[in-house]
Amino acid sequence: MTKRQPYLYVAPALILLLTFTYVPVGNMIWYSFHRWDGLDVTMTPAGLDNYVRVLTDEQYRRVFLISLYYLLASFVQIVVALYFAVILSFSTRFRNLFKGILFFPYLLNGVAVGFVFLYLFQPDGTLDTVLRFLGLGEHTRLWLGDPDIANVSLAGTSVWRFTGLSFVLFLGAIQSIPGEIYEAAEIDGANRWHQFRHIIAPGIRRIISLSMILAISGSLSAFEIPFIMTGGANGTRTFVIQAYESAFQFRQIGLASAMAVVLLLIVLLITWLQRRLLPDEEVSLS
Amino acid sequence: MRHVARLAKYASLVLASLVVLVPLVVVVFASFKTHAEYQATGPLTPPADWLNLDNFVTAWTAGDMLRGFLNTTVILIVSLAGTVAVGTLAAYAMSRFVFPFKRLILGLFLVASLVPGVTTQVATYQIVKSMGLVNTPWAAIVLFLGTDIIAIYIFLQFMQSIPPSLDQAAMVDGASRFTIYRRIILPLMKPAIATVVIIKGIAIYNEFYIPFLYLRSPDLNVISTALFRFKGPYGAQWETIAACTMIVILPTVVIFLLLQRFIYNGVTAGATK
Repeated sequence: MTKRQPYLYVAPALILLLTFTYVPVGNMIWYSFHRWDGLDVTMTPAGLDNYVRVLTDEQYRRVFLISLYYLLASFVQIVVALYFAVILSFSTRFRNLFKGILFFPYLLNGVAVGFVFLYLFQPDGTLDTVLRFLGLGEHTRLWLGDPDIANVSLAGTSVWRFTGLSFVLFLGAIQSIPGEIYEAAEIDGANRWHQFRHIIAPGIRRIISLSMILAISGSLSAFEIPFIMTGGANGTRTFVIQAYESAFQFRQIGLASAMAVVLLLIVLLITWLQRRLLPDEEVSLS
Repeated sequence: MRHVARLAKYASLVLASLVVLVPLVVVVFASFKTHAEYQATGPLTPPADWLNLDNFVTAWTAGDMLRGFLNTTVILIVSLAGTVAVGTLAAYAMSRFVFPFKRLILGLFLVASLVPGVTTQVATYQIVKSMGLVNTPWAAIVLFLGTDIIAIYIFLQFMQSIPPSLDQAAMVDGASRFTIYRRIILPLMKPAIATVVIIKGIAIYNEFYIPFLYLRSPDLNVISTALFRFKGPYGAQWETIAACTMIVILPTVVIFLLLQRFIYNGVTAGATK
């Protein structure tokens, strides 16, 4: 009894993990080498056809490029979040209020965020009105309808939504640096920039590198905001929207699986690279 | 020089606050306007009558939001209870027993945390379908349970701070392993459980893809999908959509104001594990 006991305790978690993570990944790899509509009892072997199509077809290659908008946006997000985390880590009036306001968007429902920004970007909507008010009226355009700018609008919405998360993570890391270090530095004549450069920056290196990983995998798997706001129209189809359409609208399970496998490999590769380049001092499990 | 720096600091904070708040405030404005008023006034004009709740009534009934909230609540409660039970049991076994394949199992959880959930849905869907769970609330519940690796981490880390001497003392007194889990470990895990409930609860309340994919029938609408489906038929009536959006956002505002400190800690713990 005692011998089997630990397995009994782990079993529910392990069974769920295998059923909903490992089996799907395994199946997905299997599907990716076949042509299948998801219903038929037999799958047609397709060799590498699906992969060739994902990597060479113009339509599929485009979605990788769309990720770049989101990737760029996540770097903007990291910089903005870092700036506010640093200035709010020094004494500031209404600090908790500002912290709350900056963080709040992260907690909001994605569909609600999508609607808030659909409203904002409408022709003659809030953004246009504000621009006219500022005397920039000639810059108004179809923020979501014009393929040249639609991805920027969507990526901007992502920045609005996720900056709060990076900000709170950075702020937490900065505040975990003991206060005496700043005091000692001040006595030694260090100014704010020196403090940032030599105390704050090394203290939050780990969390910044983690944010970079989240930024890359997040921008490759961008889905909610573009799906809710434009449904992938006007040149805003992202990787996951494309995979969703292939799988659930065109019933090309093999092709969609190949896309997912490629995405998964990229994410794993980047994570592995990060672990190699910036070894984590605090790996502590078991 | 110091003054300029201070001014720039506060100016940037106020500007950022405006960027966050203005998009939300204009939606609040719109939600209180009548249709005629909405069309006649600009988005930055406050509503004439702050007590005009007609849009909220329309949104609540036409969007069947009550059902949305009920479905969300049921899924939320069952998933959270399940996550806590499954996660604490696993963490207890992992940190208090020595058994073969423990490192392998730990490794499986670690690697799985790297797999972004959205990518595997193509294949996960086939599995959920083969279990006959599509279009039942159980699809969402098992997926919220099964894809949660962060919770197990938080529990595991917290378990390490509970001194094993406590268990040993109880064992000397003749308590069974399960009694120890139930009577000693679980009560001590309360802070970790609170963290998991908060971050997981917010994530489930906000989840869109899973209910959108698996709960297709309108009877099973959760608040995300109820709001999303509102878009089509009411596409031209922004004042109603605005009200519906506010209905979805309001609970988040209340929870945030009440649980601020816990939310910051929970989010930090959840993201850095």
